[in-house]
Amino acid sequence: MPGTPAIEVKDLTKSYDDVAAVDGLDLEIQVGEIFAMLGPNGAGKTTTVEILEGYRDRDGGEVRVLGYDPGPERRLLKPLIGIVLQSTGVDRYLTVSETIEMYASYYPHPRPTGEIVELVGLENKRDARVLKLSGGQQRRLDVAIALAGDPDLLFLDEPTTGFDPSARREAWEVVKNLAELGKTVLLTTHYMDEAQYLADRVAVMAAGRIVATGAPEELGDRQIDGVRIRFRVPPGTVLPADLAGSATADGLVELVPDDLSRTMYRLTGWSLEHGIELEQLGIVRKSLEDVYLELTGGDPTDPEEVIPGGATPSPGRR
Amino acid sequence: MRSLRRLASQVGYVNKAFWRNPAAAFFTFAFPLMFLVIFTALLGHGIVHEGLRTVHTSDYYVAAMAAYAVIGACYSNIAMSVSAQRDLGILKRTNGTPLPSAVYLGARVLHAVFVALLLVVITAAFGRFAYQADLPTGMTLFRFVVALLVGSAAFSALAFAITPAIPNADAAPAIVNASIMPLLFLSGIFIPISNTTPNWIIWVARIFPVRHFAAGIQAGFVGTAFSWTDVAVVAAWGIGGLLIATRYFSWEPRR
Repeated sequence: MPGTPAIEVKDLTKSYDDVAAVDGLDLEIQVGEIFAMLGPNGAGKTTTVEILEGYRDRDGGEVRVLGYDPGPERRLLKPLIGIVLQSTGVDRYLTVSETIEMYASYYPHPRPTGEIVELVGLENKRDARVLKLSGGQQRRLDVAIALAGDPDLLFLDEPTTGFDPSARREAWEVVKNLAELGKTVLLTTHYMDEAQYLADRVAVMAAGRIVATGAPEELGDRQIDGVRIRFRVPPGTVLPADLAGSATADGLVELVPDDLSRTMYRLTGWSLEHGIELEQLGIVRKSLEDVYLELTGGDPTDPEEVIPGGATPSPGRR
Repeated sequence: MRSLRRLASQVGYVNKAFWRNPAAAFFTFAFPLMFLVIFTALLGHGIVHEGLRTVHTSDYYVAAMAAYAVIGACYSNIAMSVSAQRDLGILKRTNGTPLPSAVYLGARVLHAVFVALLLVVITAAFGRFAYQADLPTGMTLFRFVVALLVGSAAFSALAFAITPAIPNADAAPAIVNASIMPLLFLSGIFIPISNTTPNWIIWVARIFPVRHFAAGIQAGFVGTAFSWTDVAVVAAWGIGGLLIATRYFSWEPRR
């Protein structure tokens, strides 16, 4: 990758009352990337992002955001970044375009309000007061405000937490549009599908560290036992040693092939040769979700840890 | 120059939002006038002794309600609206933009002072029209304006100083009222302090800024003695408030 990275973090640490929230985090995000930080609640995502935004001091480590240290050089960094906080309000009595104009007036090179309104799809709500907007529309206004100063880098902290599915879709489309503007985006989320849909690269975070980084597809593949073959044979069937595999909980045979085509060829050949039907034969690829659960040590039955694509009970945002 | 322009434009936005919240605007303006009418009606056209002077009750209340209006607009209103904005994350969001904090908070103070001035003018006009109250002129007017500006600034600073003690916006009205209402009563705003007032009340009135501020306003309306000491005490409280606010003011919601 050419040029300096948009964000560079080395060995970042931050503790609250002797409990490490961020514990030796390394991160590099390139210009123009949409990068997702994925992790359960309490993994340290928000703390990390708020250090990068300049809201929090760090205990240790090196941080460069667009070439600046967000601690001492925050004043220089502010005009270059846009921030969508996890929960944040705006004055309820101003209209959508007044609100965007007001925030735009804080920046040296604002983007025209008309353009922003279009970008986030609030054309019909330009003159509506903020208190008349739906949750999804308010979130789009949050993004609009973050774009008002035409920033190079955009932070989105859990942009869709607590949203119903259609509001999430709305918010996703807005983020997709940002990619076309060439903005660098760092987003945090605890939804797998969100990371998968939006991000060029994903970092999985657990207990204050990044435990894996890669493209969403890559993260699924790179696990040692990424691809598996599963099938069922009639009871009492003796499989040859190289096809024996292991038994799954629901009575299927599971193989972890070194070479998928070769193993499939051998398996189906054996099946035809002996006239034994391979019921429910299938190739199973680990989803990002499986990888995520393994990496973060989460228990899929614990709703606090992971709710793939579902709604999380969350406190009202405004 | 750029900061001044930003300040002016920010005051404009604060002003717009203020008038569009009819409940808040109504109470800010209606309360002092309502109290003026109620107290004058209740306590009639009696006489209040202020030192050696005798003052008509109606004149007394025009001055007292003008002082009350300023305290309401600057102290109560700023303390409540700023803690609500802090709770909603508006302050935190603003803190992430290049707008200097002095401009953001300064705009709020300027707007409060503007509202306070408007309230004083309305109260005075109403008092003149309904109760033939005297209005300040000449040198008296000048001293009156100084006392008014110092008071507005000081009560605004005290508003920022109280916000760290407000855990969330729901608690704001209770805490703000608990901190100011007793003082208003103990400082002769609603019931004039007289010869028979207990000593401890007089001492409370002497220590806290409300009575001193009201005295400055009163000097303008009813011709009681103007004392720079009153202005100085109010200013000292304002500076104290500013120091506390600088040290403890938070841009982030308290959880």
